Amino acid sequence: MSDAALSVHGLWKVFGPKAGSIIGTPDADLPRPELLARTGCVAAVKDVSFDVAPGEVFVVMGLSGSGKSTLVRCLTRLIEPSAGSIEIDGDDVVTMSDSRLRELRRTHVSMVFQHFGLLPHRQVIDNVAYGLEVRGEPKSKRLARSQEMVDLVGLSGNEHSYPDQLSGGMQQRVGLARALAADPSVMLFDEPFSALDPLIRRDMQNEVIRLHDEVGKSMVFVTHDLAEALKLGDRILIMRDGAVVQVGTPAEVVARPADDYVRDFVSDVPRSHVLTLRYVMREPGPDDSTEGPVMSSDTVVRQAARAALASEHVVRVVDDGELVGIVDDDAILRVVVAEEEATPA
Amino acid sequence: MTTVAVRDSGVPTSGVLAALRRRGKLWLLALTVLAWVAVWAATRGTSTQEIGGATLTDAHQWFRGRAAWVEDAASAGTNPVFGLANGIADLLNGLIAFLQRLFTVPEFPRPYPEIGWLGVIAMAAWVTYAVAGWRSVLLVVPSFLAFGFLGYWEDSLDLLIITLVSVFIAVVIGIPLGVAMAHSKIVSAILTPVLDVMQTMPSFIYLLPLTIVFGIGSAAATIVTLIYALPPVVRITAHGIRSVSPSTLEATRSLGQSGWQRLRNVELPMSKRTVIVGINQTMMAALSMATIAAFIDSPGLGQPVLEGLRRGQLGASAVAGLAIVIMAIMLDRTTTAASIRAERAARAGRDDRRRRRLVLTGTGVLTLAAIGVSHNQVWANPFPSSPDLGSPIAAGVDRFADWLRTDLSGLTTAIQEAFTVWFLNPVQDLVANSPWFVTAAALLAVAAIAGGRRALASTAVCLAGIYFLDLWYNAMVTLTSVFTATAVTMVVGVALGVWMGRSGLADRAIRPVLDAAQTIPPFVYLVPILILFGPNRFTAIVAGVIYAVPPATKLIADGIRGVAPATVEAAESAGTSRLQMITKVQIPMARGALLVAGNQGLLYVLSMVVIGGMVGAGALGFDIVTGFRQTSMIGRGLAAGVAIVLLGIMLDRITTHAANQSASTNPTTATHRRRRPLTGGIA
Ligand SMILES: Nc1ncnc2c1ncn2[C@@H]1O[C@H](COP(=O)(O)OP(=O)(O)O)[C@@H](O)[C@H]1O
Ligand SMILES: [Mg+2]
Repeated sequence: MSDAALSVHGLWKVFGPKAGSIIGTPDADLPRPELLARTGCVAAVKDVSFDVAPGEVFVVMGLSGSGKSTLVRCLTRLIEPSAGSIEIDGDDVVTMSDSRLRELRRTHVSMVFQHFGLLPHRQVIDNVAYGLEVRGEPKSKRLARSQEMVDLVGLSGNEHSYPDQLSGGMQQRVGLARALAADPSVMLFDEPFSALDPLIRRDMQNEVIRLHDEVGKSMVFVTHDLAEALKLGDRILIMRDGAVVQVGTPAEVVARPADDYVRDFVSDVPRSHVLTLRYVMREPGPDDSTEGPVMSSDTVVRQAARAALASEHVVRVVDDGELVGIVDDDAILRVVVAEEEATPA
Repeated sequence: MTTVAVRDSGVPTSGVLAALRRRGKLWLLALTVLAWVAVWAATRGTSTQEIGGATLTDAHQWFRGRAAWVEDAASAGTNPVFGLANGIADLLNGLIAFLQRLFTVPEFPRPYPEIGWLGVIAMAAWVTYAVAGWRSVLLVVPSFLAFGFLGYWEDSLDLLIITLVSVFIAVVIGIPLGVAMAHSKIVSAILTPVLDVMQTMPSFIYLLPLTIVFGIGSAAATIVTLIYALPPVVRITAHGIRSVSPSTLEATRSLGQSGWQRLRNVELPMSKRTVIVGINQTMMAALSMATIAAFIDSPGLGQPVLEGLRRGQLGASAVAGLAIVIMAIMLDRTTTAASIRAERAARAGRDDRRRRRLVLTGTGVLTLAAIGVSHNQVWANPFPSSPDLGSPIAAGVDRFADWLRTDLSGLTTAIQEAFTVWFLNPVQDLVANSPWFVTAAALLAVAAIAGGRRALASTAVCLAGIYFLDLWYNAMVTLTSVFTATAVTMVVGVALGVWMGRSGLADRAIRPVLDAAQTIPPFVYLVPILILFGPNRFTAIVAGVIYAVPPATKLIADGIRGVAPATVEAAESAGTSRLQMITKVQIPMARGALLVAGNQGLLYVLSMVVIGGMVGAGALGFDIVTGFRQTSMIGRGLAAGVAIVLLGIMLDRITTHAANQSASTNPTTATHRRRRPLTGGIA
């Protein structure tokens, strides 16, 4: 796929002494503990493939230890992948020389980290400017650009503070500004908000949504928090023990979990917030009323509920002028009531 | 608490086995000593390999021949290695002579050095203000005045010159080496054992060989000081760079920085404070070695100390020693303040920085003026001879010493005699007066039981070496001093360490005293101890104990503090008394720390006992000192140096392997050993 911003194919990362000799053998399919016992290796990422479209927010989700951090670090070879191909804006990352790779990191891809990774001896503004500094931008230009970024993430007035004078949320805003400063086409996030308090985390998620609307970057966003994944992701990739379990839109993942692992994950999601009518509608029958409200199939159930329940008639689901399904009150109530029961009082 | 209970009941068999093995070891060691005593009783005084004080054997002549060959090669200038050594020596001698002409030695026809006291003090104050802040100036200026009023202005400046030149070279070499160690596993693997040897070898040992290559005087003094002082700055720099936050390194790497940018913008600034701590340690080590270098004619305060010791004018030694202590405190406090200031300076606002630059320029001009005045005006050049604080202090000390010897000799002699008669003499009789092969067999048995096969092998090699150096008897006398001093060190160290480990209050009270004791050059301790006890073996042992107690105590205190609070709590809830807690829980669980403390104690004691050789402790230390003084005895001096190194290696190997063995039989100390990380990953 040449029109993807980022394209990953058959990516492997094996940690350990004989990492190279495992891929392609039956050993590679062993569960992690057995592989470790037999070879002393850990297959952190196993045969992962996906594409990210320009402007898409692509979320990678999984339990701790499932290989998310390793995967996202392989994308710019902060960790050297063991096998597979990675293309960013059409360039092959795996075979790049060191200097091309530095160039890629300086201009095309930037990353936001869970533990911020700020330089404690530099003021906020100089932290934000660091990426521009290493690529040799003149001082006046990089300071002007950094000031813009500081304003963009809402840190105006804190330019001359030092990182340890800021709260965790503000430090991560610095991390965001630093990543944005280089004006990359792809941004990578490794659990950027996991270390923050829940309230601040929500602010920061909204901040990312706002920035995405404003700057429209392609993003790969790693999280172990399903709510965060559903909130931010256009699509979600679910990992388990290094391998891909499922890739799909939030609604797909919630409505049709690929296996028990995913089902467990999504079991206490507020389904009405995620499910769209496509996943609750039934085939239209000859007896169905034609007077009810008309909605498209990607309307979220919660939005449809009020109008649907208020009307005496069933909802007709119409895509591109064509009737594709019917949603009756029962279908809506099943989603909403199941959720009430699942939520403890 | 629950985890402890589970662990104790979960692996009962291995715990019991380990305990049995430990018990068995102690029994075996006791049996070995008993057997030794029995054989000694029957064979005592035979085959002791004792040789006369001036006897030179073939082995010693061989060393003398080597020394002569090296000296010839060095002076002929044909051998490129010695040619290089000569070149370095000339360079250093030239540099130090130049500095001395500036500050301490008049050059004809001038009757005074180029820069007098006023200029020196102004410079010292200005530099201190620049690197450490004005508070430190309030310490530095009185210190310099004290050097003068004590009557040792020139000697103090000479010592400072040797120390600072060595530190400068150590820093210039050491920081890049530390960085290389942090970045490369290979460099680290090569340098670590080299640094270990540099640090564990008693400093006294390499004086003699180095004088053969570099001659006596300033150059050799600078180089021995450099060798002794280099390891701390290398190690601590490496440690500082390695502990830079990995998340910051990764984040900055993700921005596409080059290796050089990483070093300059991330690693060095973030480890700056640690590196300055390394420089502080290097500075203190350099001062202590530069003092001892008086033995090889280094200029500086060591000279009057040594001179006083030789002539029995302890008062003069004490005054010079006091000046050294003042210098130690001054350097230590100033570099510590500099490391704290480094942090704050980086954060100063633009206004602060501008004001500081103004103040520095202004005071800089004043300093230059003071230098000019001290160059031209007599009143500002030679340090005024009055008020003279040194002579009355010296006289007072001498009077005090006389009084001690006449009126109080009962007490000090009683202590000394009791120790010597009841402890030192019997041990020495056993170790040195057994036939050599009996002592050797006993030591080998101890090594095998305590440290296993590898300790046995090292011990065999070292003992064979000592035997063939023809210094068996003297080595055994030195070994006796080391054993007894270490025994006393451990008794004191355990008592203090347990107390400190159990009580935060005791820790806060005692630790600063230990820290202070460690900043004072050990050579200086000898003076008051000599005053108290006179020149003999006992004095050397006391000096060894005083030198070794601070590091040993700190290690033990940290070990006791490190015992898991959950375990202590569990034992407490089981109704353990305080004594039981100490003897049954805390000391056994801190056994790893105790063994490390014993290891360190032995090495510290060894290096001090050797220095004590020159004040009447005799044996190997005396052989070395004689090697300095009489060219005919140089071979025996060199052999004695090698024998001391062999003793050191033997003691180190036995205790290290013993510690490792106990770690592998004891789950609580196993965690002290290093774990190898998995390879690969976020580099
Ligand atoms: N440098 C490394 N060496 C060996 N194993 C590693 C290394 N880094 C990660 N792993 C292993 O790879 C697996 C995936 O780790 P990671 O990618 O950090 O998971 P996640 O980010 O999803 O929590 C884990 O089992 C972890 O122990
Ligand atoms: Mg992770």
